Amino acid sequence: MNKARAHLLLIEDDPQIQRFLATALDAQGHQLSIAGSGNEGLRLAALNQPDVMIVDLGLPDISGLEVIRRAREWYRRPILVLSARDRESDKVAALDLGADDYLTKPFSIGELLARLRVALRHRAEQDNGDSTSRIENGTLLIDIAARRVSRDGVDIHLTPTEYDLLTTLARHRGKVMTHRQLLREVWGAAHVESPQYLRIYMRTLRQKIEADPAQPQVLLTEIGVGYRFADSSDD
Amino acid sequence: MPVPASEQRPDPDALLARVQSEQLRANRGRLKIFLGASAGVGKSYAMLEAARREAAAGVDIVVGYVELHGRRETEALLEGLEILARQSFEHRGVNLTEFDLDAALGRRPQVLLVDELAHSNHVGARHPQRWMDIEELLDAGIDVYTTVNIQHLESLNDVVAQITGVRVRETVPDHVFDSADEVELVDLPPDDLLERLREGKVYVPERARQASEGFFRKGNLIALRQLALRATADRVDAAMREYRDAHAIRKNWPSGERLLVCIGPDALSTRLVRTARRIASALHAQWFAVYVETPALTRLPQAARDRVLRSLKLADRLGAETANLGGESVAAELLAFAAQRNVGRIIVGKPLRNRWYDRLRSSLVDQVIRESGAIDVYVITAEGDDSSPQSPRRVPRSSRWPAYIKGIAVILFTTLACLALRHQLQPTNLVMLYLLGTVLVAMRFGRGPSTVAAVLSVGLFDFLFVPPYLSFAVSDTEYVITFGGMLATAFIISSLMARGRRQTTVARHRERRASELYSISRELSRARDLTELAAILRQHVLVAFDGEATVLFPDADGRIQDPESFCDRGLSTRNQVRYPVPGNDLGIAQWSYDHRQPAGMTTDTLASADAIFLPLNAPPRCISVLGLRPRERRQLDIPEQMQLLDAMVNQTALAMERVQLAESAHTAGLQAESERLRNVLLSAISHDFRTPLASIIGAASTLRDSAPGRLGTAQQEGLLDLLLGEARRMNRLIGNLLELTRLNSGNFSLKRAWLPPEEIIGAVLTRLRGALADRKLAVDVARDLPLVPCDEVMIEQVLTNLIENAIRHTPTTTPIDIRARAEAGSLVVSVRDHGPGLAANEETRVFEKFHRARVEGAQGGFGLGLTICKAIIEAHGGTITAQNATDGGAEFRFSLPLSVPEMRAA
Repeated sequence: MNKARAHLLLIEDDPQIQRFLATALDAQGHQLSIAGSGNEGLRLAALNQPDVMIVDLGLPDISGLEVIRRAREWYRRPILVLSARDRESDKVAALDLGADDYLTKPFSIGELLARLRVALRHRAEQDNGDSTSRIENGTLLIDIAARRVSRDGVDIHLTPTEYDLLTTLARHRGKVMTHRQLLREVWGAAHVESPQYLRIYMRTLRQKIEADPAQPQVLLTEIGVGYRFADSSDD
Repeated sequence: MPVPASEQRPDPDALLARVQSEQLRANRGRLKIFLGASAGVGKSYAMLEAARREAAAGVDIVVGYVELHGRRETEALLEGLEILARQSFEHRGVNLTEFDLDAALGRRPQVLLVDELAHSNHVGARHPQRWMDIEELLDAGIDVYTTVNIQHLESLNDVVAQITGVRVRETVPDHVFDSADEVELVDLPPDDLLERLREGKVYVPERARQASEGFFRKGNLIALRQLALRATADRVDAAMREYRDAHAIRKNWPSGERLLVCIGPDALSTRLVRTARRIASALHAQWFAVYVETPALTRLPQAARDRVLRSLKLADRLGAETANLGGESVAAELLAFAAQRNVGRIIVGKPLRNRWYDRLRSSLVDQVIRESGAIDVYVITAEGDDSSPQSPRRVPRSSRWPAYIKGIAVILFTTLACLALRHQLQPTNLVMLYLLGTVLVAMRFGRGPSTVAAVLSVGLFDFLFVPPYLSFAVSDTEYVITFGGMLATAFIISSLMARGRRQTTVARHRERRASELYSISRELSRARDLTELAAILRQHVLVAFDGEATVLFPDADGRIQDPESFCDRGLSTRNQVRYPVPGNDLGIAQWSYDHRQPAGMTTDTLASADAIFLPLNAPPRCISVLGLRPRERRQLDIPEQMQLLDAMVNQTALAMERVQLAESAHTAGLQAESERLRNVLLSAISHDFRTPLASIIGAASTLRDSAPGRLGTAQQEGLLDLLLGEARRMNRLIGNLLELTRLNSGNFSLKRAWLPPEEIIGAVLTRLRGALADRKLAVDVARDLPLVPCDEVMIEQVLTNLIENAIRHTPTTTPIDIRARAEAGSLVVSVRDHGPGLAANEETRVFEKFHRARVEGAQGGFGLGLTICKAIIEAHGGTITAQNATDGGAEFRFSLPLSVPEMRAA
């Protein structure tokens, strides 16, 4: 695992969490700026252009969602969201506004680092204009150039929609995608309010590529939020 | 017989009654009456003098109404006293002023002066009589001074009329006088009064001067003075007796005397009632006024029936218990009632009748005396001026021509039949045919037509079938006996028939009332809330009364609410016609509610209204008010109907009280339960939160305070694991607590979506991957399970709780089985462990709040996880159960319905 030094911006008002993250992220070799309020965070982001923003949704001045909306007007790099446990709707709203991933409080530093790694890799891919032509997860192989999917070397037949769904998730591997995001990318903007399509296609897709759909290894469900293509480099 | 010492003490029941009446009196204002023998003795003057004395002593005293009659010395006394403004109104173009009751109630003085207790209020006032105004003032806790002349006392009305020859119209019920706290006799010798009269100091209206000259004769004045003195003396006597009772200075036992007066349709009745009341009060007896309605009496004209109702009402007002009996014989019914109520004395009137009639048929008086046995009978004689009793026999009956014509037609038809059969039948058998025809007429059309039919039958039989034919002459004299027999038989039969018919009618009415009461009580016992009870009452009232009815409920502030309706004949809610409740009707209803007394039509309060309002009382409160607007006022004058209405209202009030008590008991139960939960929660929090906190603080302080190098790497890691584990445990506890609070708050809604079951199971297993690392998992999810409509976040929570539960309560290496199947319209998911299983009887208790599998176990934790599961599953319309598997280990199963009414599969 390569330890890229990154410049991170934490927008979080709780001093204890600031302290704990500063210690942990410094130990990982990252450079960290800290803002105690939304407006200060936006100012620091504009000033420093950090590699990743970590935004708490509950801020004293403006809401975290507002910070994301304003930042996304000019900030293209990854944003991670920190939220309380029972606020699924906030998470979905944050993701739909353009956040890349979320962490539910309380979280362990391990989870945060994993999410950071995914975010930084996506950022690197974006910067390089690099689109991977082969994605692997365990024994599953997706050959985008050849439009082929195989498991254990055996080809799997997918309908065009199933293929689109799988590759959309795979391109964002390791990152959660909300129902709306998937519907927009695969079915088009007109279908964002029809999550039942998505569930049915996910089900058949799982039956085709997972050994046991009840214990999925690749296509993971984030209850109440969306789906995530497991990032094999994570484990 | 010597009285045992112990019984010398006051009777406890009587004592209790006295204490209660004293309490009642304590809240009620005190009534002081200035009693005079006649006008002009100086009652108002005495009252004002007393008022001045009180005012000088600092009492808050207000003059509500004083009649000055232009007497200057009286007017002078008013100086310095606060006088309440009078209410003025116009009546037939004349401006009149009247005592303003509402202003008095609003002012609420300590003592209020209201002259002329016997005054009649103007039409449209709240109460028809001033004494009712005063009752209301007393109820409101205001002391009242008032004046009255002896001739206005109800029970003395006849006596005064006999003495003076002038009947006084404005009367005051005796109970008002009797219940006065103080009576002050204002006495003036007749000579002095006459002197004052000559000096013009006594007010006499100009147009009454002529009549009053006869009234103010010395003889009259002496007699009236005597009456006034006696009434006062009686009161003193009563007060003495009360004192003796209170202090058990009693030698004579209470009489327990009961008195019964029999009322008839004649004008003598009112006199009987008044006499009975006087005797009853002298004997301190309970008394009854009874009217026996015989079949003959049912045919009385309306005026006579109304007179009976008036007499009964008068008796009721004078304190009697009234009854309306039905039966064949007045004497028999009367004596049966007397025996049943243990009556010792009966009062009957002796009407002036024709002597020959009395000899022919023994009179009621004779019958009663003959059969009365041990009961004393008092016979009161009619006076000349009482209008002569009307015998029901002489009452012209309403025309019933169709019945007569039909009766004649029946006989003509019989004649035709006889003509056809005259060669086959003997004349004696033709007589039988005629008799049959007469009986038929009697059965169908009553006594009159059947009499005509009988006479007609005899005539036709003689004319057509007795030789010589076509002549009324009779050749064989034996036929005279036949005619006589035929006529007599026809009369007797028809009279029996008619009587039977009438009795049936009376019985049917009674039957109907009884069954009405029975059915309402049965329905009331089934109803479970107030609206239902109100609807039942309304329905039954409308069956018994023709008109409109409504039940009005108060809001939280005790203001009666407009239900937007007086509902017409609302036997079913469909054909209800709604009328708005007029504003002043609501006002009457409010009065009835506030005073817990009936108001409106036929009552003492606002009798000019076109509806009656009866409070549904559950002492000490009133729950609601029934409003009834009958199509005909007469319906409310019939005592049985009113008794029926009262009975219905009382039964409903009882049922409403029962429902309210049940509700408050339920609420109290809920409060106790939530109180208990709060206590359990507090102790659970203090225990379950402090335990992991103790470990966290202990482990962290050990790491912090240990000198470098003193702890080995393994020890350090152990402490760090402990820290992490305990912190996670606390996180779980808080999460459960929050979840339960949210579920219990009642305002959560399910966000249902159609989900593949394996997706939820997969998500939970992914999330719990770390905790399940050491476990052997057997996941058995059927392929192609139908989509299930559920709130994914909540069901995930259920499954997570169940699996975490299994992890926590079983040894670390035992396997966990998860199964999902579709069964009979439900998705059934089970989580089964291979641990020690549930203790006996725990299968249902595990779902209770704060239940712990093992008391104070090291695994600790709120027993909240399963409670949350149960709440979520039940919100989805599913079920959750726990049981021990046959081959060991606990198994939790939940089911979710695969279809919900409001969701169609996409």
